[in-house]
Amino acid sequence: MNELFHVIKVGIADMNVVQPPHLIRTSGLGSCVGVVIFDQMKEVAGLAHVMLPDSSLARSETINIAKYADTAVEALVELIIKAGGRKNWLKAKLAGGAQMFSFQSANTDMMRIGPRNIEAVKRELERLRIPVVAEDVGGSSGRTIEFNPKTCILSIRTVNQGVKEI
Amino acid sequence: MVTIRDLNSDHIDILKEIGNIGAGNAATALSQLLNKKIEMNVPNVQIVSFDEMMELVGGAEQVVAAVFLRIEGEAPGSMFFVLSLPQAERFVKQMTGDALFSLASPQSSELGISALQELGNILAGSYLSALADFTKLTLYPSVPALTIDMIGAILQYGLLELSRVGDYAIVIDTAVHEEQQPEDSINGHFFLLPDPDSFVPIFRSLGVSYE
Repeated sequence: MNELFHVIKVGIADMNVVQPPHLIRTSGLGSCVGVVIFDQMKEVAGLAHVMLPDSSLARSETINIAKYADTAVEALVELIIKAGGRKNWLKAKLAGGAQMFSFQSANTDMMRIGPRNIEAVKRELERLRIPVVAEDVGGSSGRTIEFNPKTCILSIRTVNQGVKEI
Repeated sequence: MVTIRDLNSDHIDILKEIGNIGAGNAATALSQLLNKKIEMNVPNVQIVSFDEMMELVGGAEQVVAAVFLRIEGEAPGSMFFVLSLPQAERFVKQMTGDALFSLASPQSSELGISALQELGNILAGSYLSALADFTKLTLYPSVPALTIDMIGAILQYGLLELSRVGDYAIVIDTAVHEEQQPEDSINGHFFLLPDPDSFVPIFRSLGVSYE
């Protein structure tokens, strides 16, 4: 008998947590990075859709903490702990950070945002001592990802390569 | 820098006119290229959240053919020309005469992809040159890049500069379609996403204050 489950959707520059039987998903990651942090035994996971590497890029007084790698990872960990996860048991899986377009124009810094997002998320995870156990990053394709907190499998769909699980 | 609060109906009208002039020029170019009548809708100026922007085009996962270019100069921003895959295939077939062209196996037709790229170059270039003439602003296009992928992943690049200021985008959206196409067909869209700092020079050049 199948349990009734929902897929919790995470938008751009957004984050949320999930527990079984529900799944969590975010669609159309390009240069953005989807970071999943989870406690396998407690069966709790969180997903953030990170758009920019550093909150110092922000030009507004109030910032959306889910948008920037340096604020999102820590805030996501707090959400997961609040939901029953244990700090020392957390692991991470990553996907995204593609370079969809290659440009030779002046604004290359923003065009290289995918690789910069990956670096920034990894730096934060390292600072918080959360190991990255699997990743599917870089390349030049958009990704839709879905995480199951029961199996801790991250499934990744791209337009040309079908679905893979990490 | 203009924030969403500062925009009044005069500003929205000006942004609509920009969509009108740019897309009108591009539609004429498209019409000459295909030797068909191309119609355009009244431009739509919307202030949307990033997720709402994805919904405008059928959801972040929708696969499309898109040409993207960055606008540099006095009013930087991003421009996209977005086509559904069936529509992109039809355009290519009409341009190349290759009735078998399919985007499902693009490696089978380099010429077709090249034609699509060229279509994007011409349309984006004519949109932008009309815009530069109208505003008397100096605008330089980057070389347009074509990609076929999820719309969410593509449009993210146009939202990066805006995202540094807030969580909303001002989208100037103009749809174009062939005359006498059935109502339910999906059409081409021009999306213009000015960077946050570009609204001031745009409004100033057209004689509207923003205070």
